[in-house]
Amino acid sequence: MSSEAPEGRRFRYVSRKRRTKEDRRFIAGQGRFVADISLPGMKHVALVTSPHPAARIEAIRTEEALKIEGVLAVITGEELARATDPLMSGLNLPDVRRFPLAVDRARYAGEWVAAVVADSRYIAEDGAELVEVDYDPLPFVVDAEEAMNEDAPAVHPAHGTNVLYQRKFVYGAVDDDFAAADHRLAFRACWGRSSTVPIETFGVLAEWHPGTGILDVWASIQMPKYPEQIARALRLDANCVRVHYDVDVGGSYGVKRGIKHTVLVGYLARKLGCPVRLIEDRLENMTGGDAHGPERIFDVEAAFNGDGEIRSLRIRALDNVGAYAGRAPLQLAKPIGAIVGPYRINSVEYEAISVTTNKTVQEAVRGFGQSPTNFAIETAVDKIARALDLDRVEIRKRNFIRKDEFPYTIPSGSEYDSGDYLTVQDKVLDLADFPALLARRDALRAEGTLAGIGISSCLEPSGGNAAFEPLFNPANETTTWMESCVTKIDLAGTVTSIMATASAGQGHETLVATVTAEELERDPDGIRVVRSDSLASLPSNSPVASRMAIMLGGAASGAAKILKRKLIDIAAHNLQLPADRLVYEGGNVAVRDDPGKKLAWDELVEIAHRKYHQMPLGMEPGLQASYVWEVPKGGELPDADGRVRMYPCYSFEAHIPLIEIDRDTGQVKILEYFIGHDCGTMINPDIVHGMVYGGIAHGIGAALYEIFAYNEDGQLLTGTFMDYLLPSVHEIPDIKMVDHSTPSPLTSMGQKGTGEGGYLGAPAAVASAVNDALAPLGLELDALPMRPGDIEALLRTKSG
Amino acid sequence: MKPREISVTVNAKHYRSEVPPRLTLLDYLREVLGLTGTHAGCEHGVCGACSVIFDGQPIRSCLMFAIQADGHEVETVEGLAGADGGLSPLQDAFWEAHALQCGYCTPGMLMASHALLRANPDPTEDEIKEAIGGNLCRCTGYQQIVEAVRLAAKRMREADPEAGPEGNKDRVDE
Repeated sequence: MSSEAPEGRRFRYVSRKRRTKEDRRFIAGQGRFVADISLPGMKHVALVTSPHPAARIEAIRTEEALKIEGVLAVITGEELARATDPLMSGLNLPDVRRFPLAVDRARYAGEWVAAVVADSRYIAEDGAELVEVDYDPLPFVVDAEEAMNEDAPAVHPAHGTNVLYQRKFVYGAVDDDFAAADHRLAFRACWGRSSTVPIETFGVLAEWHPGTGILDVWASIQMPKYPEQIARALRLDANCVRVHYDVDVGGSYGVKRGIKHTVLVGYLARKLGCPVRLIEDRLENMTGGDAHGPERIFDVEAAFNGDGEIRSLRIRALDNVGAYAGRAPLQLAKPIGAIVGPYRINSVEYEAISVTTNKTVQEAVRGFGQSPTNFAIETAVDKIARALDLDRVEIRKRNFIRKDEFPYTIPSGSEYDSGDYLTVQDKVLDLADFPALLARRDALRAEGTLAGIGISSCLEPSGGNAAFEPLFNPANETTTWMESCVTKIDLAGTVTSIMATASAGQGHETLVATVTAEELERDPDGIRVVRSDSLASLPSNSPVASRMAIMLGGAASGAAKILKRKLIDIAAHNLQLPADRLVYEGGNVAVRDDPGKKLAWDELVEIAHRKYHQMPLGMEPGLQASYVWEVPKGGELPDADGRVRMYPCYSFEAHIPLIEIDRDTGQVKILEYFIGHDCGTMINPDIVHGMVYGGIAHGIGAALYEIFAYNEDGQLLTGTFMDYLLPSVHEIPDIKMVDHSTPSPLTSMGQKGTGEGGYLGAPAAVASAVNDALAPLGLELDALPMRPGDIEALLRTKSG
Repeated sequence: MKPREISVTVNAKHYRSEVPPRLTLLDYLREVLGLTGTHAGCEHGVCGACSVIFDGQPIRSCLMFAIQADGHEVETVEGLAGADGGLSPLQDAFWEAHALQCGYCTPGMLMASHALLRANPDPTEDEIKEAIGGNLCRCTGYQQIVEAVRLAAKRMREADPEAGPEGNKDRVDE
């Protein structure tokens, strides 16, 4: 593993091996997750769920449940809909109304129909068993293409169609490029419905204080504008909701959005006058937690020349968002910001179609739709190579955007900041000893084994400005996605930084401490990082969009720089010298030409906190600074053609796995896995590597094992860990990684995002390897996941 | 059903409690004893987040009732550190290797690895993978976890070359 020093700046703490701030509490069993928080008098919730994919709710009888000792209340959707407003949608869809509990009609099997509140979760479940619901089953549809038929059952009859969003974007001279190209090919690729499935389910605890009129919320949350959305649905002023961000989140990777859960318990806590906690059990999480991921059909057409130059793409993406809209349809929009991948493709047509069906609701998943799109683009590149009998590495090299072409504006309007794709590709080829790897594959083939090498080279857009919101919903004019940090140096000279969001394992405390330490030249181990609550904080947009190294890192840098400037100004005033004759080092300020003459950190702190008479005229006493950073190059609305600058920074990764397929069972075994990775300056290398390894494991799951499968009765078949298969250590190979650093010119230290990392390229790479293994048989498989049964069935078509 | 009285040793402390017969051992540890380091992940015995050591063997505390622990000995993540709060070599290696991200599966991983190293101070990579094969982690891809267990084993052997199974109980200071 090698790490290159970023250009232009030598770091003391950044990019160096250092233990994280967060790990210490977790290894001692002292994390503070939402289920660890108990309040006196706290009550517990269990849910009554619909067994039908679509049904009219005729009656709900609660008398028997209420007879149980310890059951306090049973509430229904009808009651909740009277007292709350519908949950927000990412699209402008007034007739697709969504409440935490089904109102009149259940729209998927597992949807919450009633909630039982009791002294314990055990008693609440007893109560839920005794709630009787009369259903009148209705026709339903679970397939996205069927849902588009005119005679398909309407999931939301008031909306009039199951299509929630449809628009064709044409970026550049697509027809001309297709007409001028030597060749074209077309294919369909499918991304199966999987998700991030954190080991901790979603949980939330709420307590209402009538005396202050504040609803306190502790939740396992990763959601932008969460307090405002809860307040709005509960018909409260936004400053009546106080979300506590000092709750550890047991994994999220996108899905821990929990608005419906929170509105439900917020309502219950207020109605019942006691703290109420809802911790999903695994089945509730998988069926009714509304946390499934994209399920997408891509129809792709590619135009290319005989030398492998890719001229243009036409992509039609049909996504099945499930029974309600939420924020999920926007996952079709984000990939527009990297719609040509790392390639010089001149024009693109992209049609996005979002369809509602009687399946569990989709939520944001790691990469926000980018990983499925990367899979479609990479599948196209592999197919073009195969059609031209061109090497899959070579075709990528011929199409890569060159290092000296950055900043590079793609046809859809986003500008890639920096990159060196050829070098990263070369590095991973070296790491893999590619000729030897090819020889090994061929030796395996010579023994009769189905062996294949995968190639994928993908982008990770990072630090997003949420411009996909106005792109898909003109009523929403969001052009900023800011992040904030407050830092103070106290009277004793110790440093504390305050962030305004919860974290789910991304190491934000380490990030803030490292960046602050770098700017102030103080030891990171001595810097405390805490989390405020939503009322006491400056704005945050939560750790989405692979943005925190960029945005929180930038905010922390900004606050620390203000403090450093203030320390220098105090020294200048007391040394009676202009600031440009002073030098700041390790927190002390000395005279450049006379280093013996200086003011030490402790003296400067003392002046700021106690000796106002020694402060420069008009300077605020104390040492505290806040900084709110806007997304670099954000701030623009899309143009009429849908061109928009969406993400500021683009990380790059090149994957090379070697796999073999068991001819009898169809089981894929990953023999080797190599990755070259470039996220600019790494703040903490251990964190970056961990994210990439974990992202690859997640991607292997999506490629080979994980699926929310439905049967023809509209029932989810994979609601437990016995059948929804998360990879264990036995399925994940030893991953070998090589780093590269092309710093971003737009960020405080050259950093880019990495949290979605490996997941954005691994599914494409594994699919590429499987198809390389199948190629000698003349077989192709373009649907994920590629489960053993799927591959075995395909192999049988050849042997049979 | 009437509550039953049980007597359980947890992390070398003796507890007497009255519990409903249907209370799981997991909920007993968390809700009755306040030992919230042990986590619920799936509650059907697949993910291993609730792993504790029961009479020396790693088990799923979500699949057992508290009353089945009557008269038995349980070890949880809270018992790994020394009385002074010093980390065990295994915990320290998890920190050094950054063998975790969100920390939710970590207590289960630690208990499964702890049981392994107690029985086998010099495990092969396959033996490490076998020991944590029933514990799911969604963050790390397992790589840094395997590395941490290997590092802990190495350091423990170096600290006490004579140590066989059950040998090394040393703590390290931070």
